[in-house]
Amino acid sequence: MIKNNKYLILRRFVQLTTLFLFFAGANFGLGILKGNLSTANVFGKFHLSDPYAVLQMAFTGYFPTIEIIIGAVIVLVFYSLLGGRIFCSWVCPLNIITDFASYLRKKFKIKTLLKSGIVSRKIRYYVLVLGLILSFITGVAAFELVNPISILFRGVIFGTTFSFTAVFIIFLFDLLIIEHGWCGHVCPVGAVYSATGKFRLLKIYHTSENCTLCMKCKHVCPEVQVLGIIGKKTGKINSSECTDCARCIDVCDDDALKFKLK
Amino acid sequence: MSEEDKTENSNATSRKDALKTMFMGAGYLALGGMVWGGYVNDVKAEEFVLRPPGAIKESEFVKACIKCGLCVEACPYDTLKLSTPKDNKVTGTPYFEARETPCYMCTDIPCVPVCPTEALNQKSLFALADDNTKKMDVNKSKMGLAVVNKESCIAFWGVQCDACYRACPLLDEAITIEYDKNERTGKHAFLKPVVNAEICTGCGICEHACVTEIPAIKVLPLSIATGKVGEHYIKGWDKNDEKRLEGIVVDTETDDDNSGAIDYLNDSDDLFND
Repeated sequence: MIKNNKYLILRRFVQLTTLFLFFAGANFGLGILKGNLSTANVFGKFHLSDPYAVLQMAFTGYFPTIEIIIGAVIVLVFYSLLGGRIFCSWVCPLNIITDFASYLRKKFKIKTLLKSGIVSRKIRYYVLVLGLILSFITGVAAFELVNPISILFRGVIFGTTFSFTAVFIIFLFDLLIIEHGWCGHVCPVGAVYSATGKFRLLKIYHTSENCTLCMKCKHVCPEVQVLGIIGKKTGKINSSECTDCARCIDVCDDDALKFKLK
Repeated sequence: MSEEDKTENSNATSRKDALKTMFMGAGYLALGGMVWGGYVNDVKAEEFVLRPPGAIKESEFVKACIKCGLCVEACPYDTLKLSTPKDNKVTGTPYFEARETPCYMCTDIPCVPVCPTEALNQKSLFALADDNTKKMDVNKSKMGLAVVNKESCIAFWGVQCDACYRACPLLDEAITIEYDKNERTGKHAFLKPVVNAEICTGCGICEHACVTEIPAIKVLPLSIATGKVGEHYIKGWDKNDEKRLEGIVVDTETDDDNSGAIDYLNDSDDLFND
């Protein structure tokens, strides 16, 4: 049980610890992380910022302060070098919600309104660009107005219960409309890290000789298009749409998948 | 059909396909952009919002605020809140509701220096302190302007109430009391609260203190509470304002010939023809 969920447990631990540190920063005066994922103050010393949020700010015509530009660069370089979309599966709190939707859908064999594969996974790049265009036109960071990640985060930290409707919408969207709809098709925050994660160090490594073609990995993978080499070729999963969630490693009984640091 | 023709044909189709894909992509962007942009514009249009001290102009503020909530965390009175989607304000930006919890005007203004984007700008609050250094002065903030509705203010009825006057942190400066004869009783006075717009900071403590069911004194955002005269009015009694007239070249000559109109008015012959 634990062996087959090792990374899942570790991920939940990291996600919840992050959330807790911010919560404690806001409510118990703990000084490790204050603020939220849009911009965090770390140990009261420096800031970390969401690169996409800062980019939108720049597009509205407001020149971001040096503090948050540095914060955004640190975040972008860190994620891009380490694991690209590692943010999505290891930090983003919304991942817990969409994973839960995915779990329920599989458990109760729910068929989504739109079959997987029909809806393009490229939508997120369109959303990314559109968010910037709209920020420019309207003079407000357009995606930040509707960003369910930060809405959820603020909801937890400041206890604004209404925020959870936005999250519930995402949950139902993923459960009933499109499989892995939000994280796998729409979310521009993940798209940013996809776009920059090409040269990430941490990748999933597949040993084709060990593979028994059970296809459990493809069954659990939220970005199944990245698993093209399964059973065919030994090597790394190179697509930067891979979130390094390691669910495939968890479910593999044949030792055919593992993490590999370059 | 020869090989060459075939490739040319397929080239033409692929060109057509590429164009089609391009137009479809543009269509998707336009569709999403109009729906999404419509919502953004709608929310942005909301002007009725009170921001923390030192906030830059609202149209700039919504650009600059990164919605981190550090100001909210710094506020010791839980005055500041971050808006949720149902508040119909730009989601995640800080604001306060004066009737519920006003700004208590902390002298060290903890909410301002924590802002990482200068959406809350320390410089806008700078004032010369006693030791000749520049320090933030909370009394320089302009969060809004208190406005009295005299129909619902009981002081204007002749009932003695100086709740707002007493509550104001800038006592006898931001709100002063104006005396007036009460003709109805013939022996009492009206003690009417008057807000001085230059001094009022918009902290909202008066609104919080007001005794009427719905407050008779309310803090409104400056953009709503204040008017604007327009450039073409010049105060003739103000030497400085008069200076704006200096160096102005008046050029109202026209090419039109107006002698016809003048002749018509001066020429009275037609009047007596009948």
